[in-house]
Amino acid sequence: MMELICPAGTPAALHAAVKAGAHAVYCGFADETNARNFPGLNFSRDELSASIAFAHASGAKVLVAINTFPRAGAESLWHQAVADAETAGADAVILADIGLLAHAAEHHPDLRRHLSVQAAAANPDMINFYATAFGVRRVVLPRVLTIAEIAAINREIDVETEVFVFGGLCVMAEGRCSLSSYITGRSPNMNGVCSPPSHVDYATEDGELAAKLGGYTIHRNAKDAPAPYPTLCKGCFSSADKTGYVFEDPTSLDATELLPALAKAGVTALKIEGRQRSRSYVAQVVRSFRAAVDAVEAGRPVPPGTLARLTEGQSATAGAYRKTWR
Amino acid sequence: MELTVGPNQFFWDAAQWQDFYARVADEAPVDRVVLGELICSKRLPFYQTHIPEAAERLVAAGKRVAITTLALVTLKRERNLTAELVDMGLEVEVNDLSALAHLPQGAGFSVGPLVNVYNEGTLRWLVKRGAARICLPPELPLASIETLAAASAAPVEVWGWGRLPLAISGRCYHARLHDRAKDNCQFVCAEDPDGRAVDTLDGQEFLAVNGVQTLSGSCANLSPQLPGFRRAGVAGLRLSPQSQGFVQVCGLFRDLIDGRIDAEALSATARPLAPGASYCDGFPTGKAGVAWSGAV
Repeated sequence: MMELICPAGTPAALHAAVKAGAHAVYCGFADETNARNFPGLNFSRDELSASIAFAHASGAKVLVAINTFPRAGAESLWHQAVADAETAGADAVILADIGLLAHAAEHHPDLRRHLSVQAAAANPDMINFYATAFGVRRVVLPRVLTIAEIAAINREIDVETEVFVFGGLCVMAEGRCSLSSYITGRSPNMNGVCSPPSHVDYATEDGELAAKLGGYTIHRNAKDAPAPYPTLCKGCFSSADKTGYVFEDPTSLDATELLPALAKAGVTALKIEGRQRSRSYVAQVVRSFRAAVDAVEAGRPVPPGTLARLTEGQSATAGAYRKTWR
Repeated sequence: MELTVGPNQFFWDAAQWQDFYARVADEAPVDRVVLGELICSKRLPFYQTHIPEAAERLVAAGKRVAITTLALVTLKRERNLTAELVDMGLEVEVNDLSALAHLPQGAGFSVGPLVNVYNEGTLRWLVKRGAARICLPPELPLASIETLAAASAAPVEVWGWGRLPLAISGRCYHARLHDRAKDNCQFVCAEDPDGRAVDTLDGQEFLAVNGVQTLSGSCANLSPQLPGFRRAGVAGLRLSPQSQGFVQVCGLFRDLIDGRIDAEALSATARPLAPGASYCDGFPTGKAGVAWSGAV
């Protein structure tokens, strides 16, 4: 059966995900070592230990994301995070940085290493490189590949693959994007944040609500229409004679219908984005996907999607999995 | 302080491409030139056969030459291309780590700005693997640059001039702006030899697209940061090709490094040559990358 990997930004969300049928939960420490470094989110050392004990007692695994790129001169913070994840009993750590992978392979050889999507390993040569050099056992694939390409990759590698199936959708190769720091000074790679709320502000101008990031207008909507969060790459911009969503619509990923094809492509694990989401959201999405995964396993059709209202802007895309997205 | 001409990020026709590198060879006071295709493998057949000749002319003019990998390798054809680069007899600039799968142990290479070198551990690992030169990612603050340059056994280079490479995608935004898919792009990126500006709905200069790449809207001009780079022990500045006035930009940076002009004079003289309406140099100062220290 394909493994369902579910997000937890808090111990409560972790409990909810496990109870809703998650095979594994991923989470991070409450600092800049993980790529969802939002205020009020993530785990203390004690919370992680307790949560892992709970998950293990329920038959679920816990994967710890330490997937930002360590700051020069401050690597010890990241090294400590890897050591603490092992001490807490984590089933694996999810890493992106070469230096950190080398450190973990040398100092924590028995701790399973997964390659974060932030490493953007998009072809078999790169994946085999990470497997050979650092003993990576699973790679989370970047969201730039079609299902046919994923199948081809799986034929040429010996490690497991994990793919995103639901939630926020990066349109750029992850871990290789500085759009957020260009506009706000804070980036996913360095700070674990993208389009951070600290730089968002809304202004009513000429009867419209402008959503701005770092002083740049990302959206303009009629004052009483729902205003999407101003995520930089999902804004409405103009270029010469064109005005529109130049990079991507305010949409999110839903690959529910593609689960049978992903299984056939040899994918080991399915990942749900959303560590910043509430526990009720997590519970609902996990329950729905667990039913879908069980159906695929039993050879039954995937139950019709019930998640539409949970997607960003209530619209969903299959993203790069379909070639026409490009 | 050396000057490196980075790989051309844009799509120019073969004649323009040849002319550009002939002029760089004959007239640009630079030390290194990185040739090759960084952004889109579909562009390469249009000028690929001219690369050896350009390399020869550059070497004859006393410049060191490297050849870049693609920034994002996904297709089988692109993997083969990457493997073939190793056999060209030029130093390979790695901008996608999958090239390491093809580089024999012990073979020297350089590391481009699109490889994530954020800390000493990564830098040391790459140097041990054979990296002979490392151009750091443009988003690094000066504190990181200082730490890395101090820790590096190999020369460290930083971004000096040109629209900043901010992101790379599987999706072609040029094709999307023309309501086409990437596979049927009809090479529309050639219409914008310095990228296509993307502004906000309020008319603020914002970003620029170049095929699957997203660049800064404003032109990075790091000349005001030169004293800090020097103190940090940075060995080189990278100047990124543009369709007009590039040789003049190279000359201005040479004058700056040799102390004949200051950053203010460089910035004033180069202003009409800069792609985009404004300058930026925010990244090394730890501010938003778009910030400009010369703003009044």
